[in-house]
Amino acid sequence: MSTSPRIVEVRQNVLKHNDEVARALRSRFEQAGILVVSLVSSPGSGKTAFLEKTLTLLKQAGYRPSALVGDLATDNDAARLARSEAPVKQITTGTLCHLEAAMVEKALEGWNLEELDYLFIENVGNLVCPASYDLGENLRLVLLSVTEGEDKPLKYPTIFNSADLAVITKLDLAEAVEFDHEAARENIRSVRPGMAVMELSAKTGQGMDHWLGFLRSKIART
Amino acid sequence: MHELSIALSILDVVGEEMERHEGARVEAIHVKLGPLSGVVKEALLSAYELARMQTPYEEARLVFEDMPIVVFCSKCQAERSVHSMQQFCCAECDTPATEVLHGRELELAALELEE
Repeated sequence: MSTSPRIVEVRQNVLKHNDEVARALRSRFEQAGILVVSLVSSPGSGKTAFLEKTLTLLKQAGYRPSALVGDLATDNDAARLARSEAPVKQITTGTLCHLEAAMVEKALEGWNLEELDYLFIENVGNLVCPASYDLGENLRLVLLSVTEGEDKPLKYPTIFNSADLAVITKLDLAEAVEFDHEAARENIRSVRPGMAVMELSAKTGQGMDHWLGFLRSKIART
Repeated sequence: MHELSIALSILDVVGEEMERHEGARVEAIHVKLGPLSGVVKEALLSAYELARMQTPYEEARLVFEDMPIVVFCSKCQAERSVHSMQQFCCAECDTPATEVLHGRELELAALELEE
């Protein structure tokens, strides 16, 4: 029996189980022809208001949106979103600070994805942990409200770098907080060159047309 | 703080690998970690201290290999580093970097086994 240690190469992604589930979800979504968009942001950045408005407008335009909402403890967000009359389900994570692909898979049990055009997945309000987990989404949105300050992207570069689109929310408050639009865009560009940025207000509806147009263009492909 | 979940995932993957090495003892677990993985090394180490308790890997050390961020620079047409996470541009020519080749790693690279 030898006493010197032997090195065994493993080369496995630590989150390979999550990645496997995410991959399976992504192919299910693709087969069903549904666009899946996840949302990440700090707590209180306006994810739920933005989503409620999005679901309502999509319904009015004749689309079939749906949503999963991750939250630590309450189902308040799901109750708010349900007012849009779109199918909505809460994922209560308990103490877990992020969603994982298996939670999405479980939450979708019994759903017929063929009957839907869009699925939005609202992650737990957190700008750190969700960055590591693939949920099978087609697009990851990172939200930044004007009240959070323009330098948020510089403080959380990892999550901004993992996103596909940045959405600046609460535009109606921009003047009151002297939000520097150009500085915010510059910071986003600096951590994630080339990422598109949208500015909007779910409250006044400003910029929502642009966002809806973007969503429509994404499923026009089918 | 998702590092506890990550630490448990590491032990899961170790457990699967060890099915192929019956009777061996894990001395060390080597993990490749990139700055864009979303994982904080110090937090993962503390979490791992908890996670390994009362498992067959209680004695196993966690060893990190820090991976640099490497991008493909469209202007240099070559692999380059970036100035920083905050300034995601080619370190040579300042061209904004959009194609990340390395830096997202969260990989169980190797095990040191005692047989």
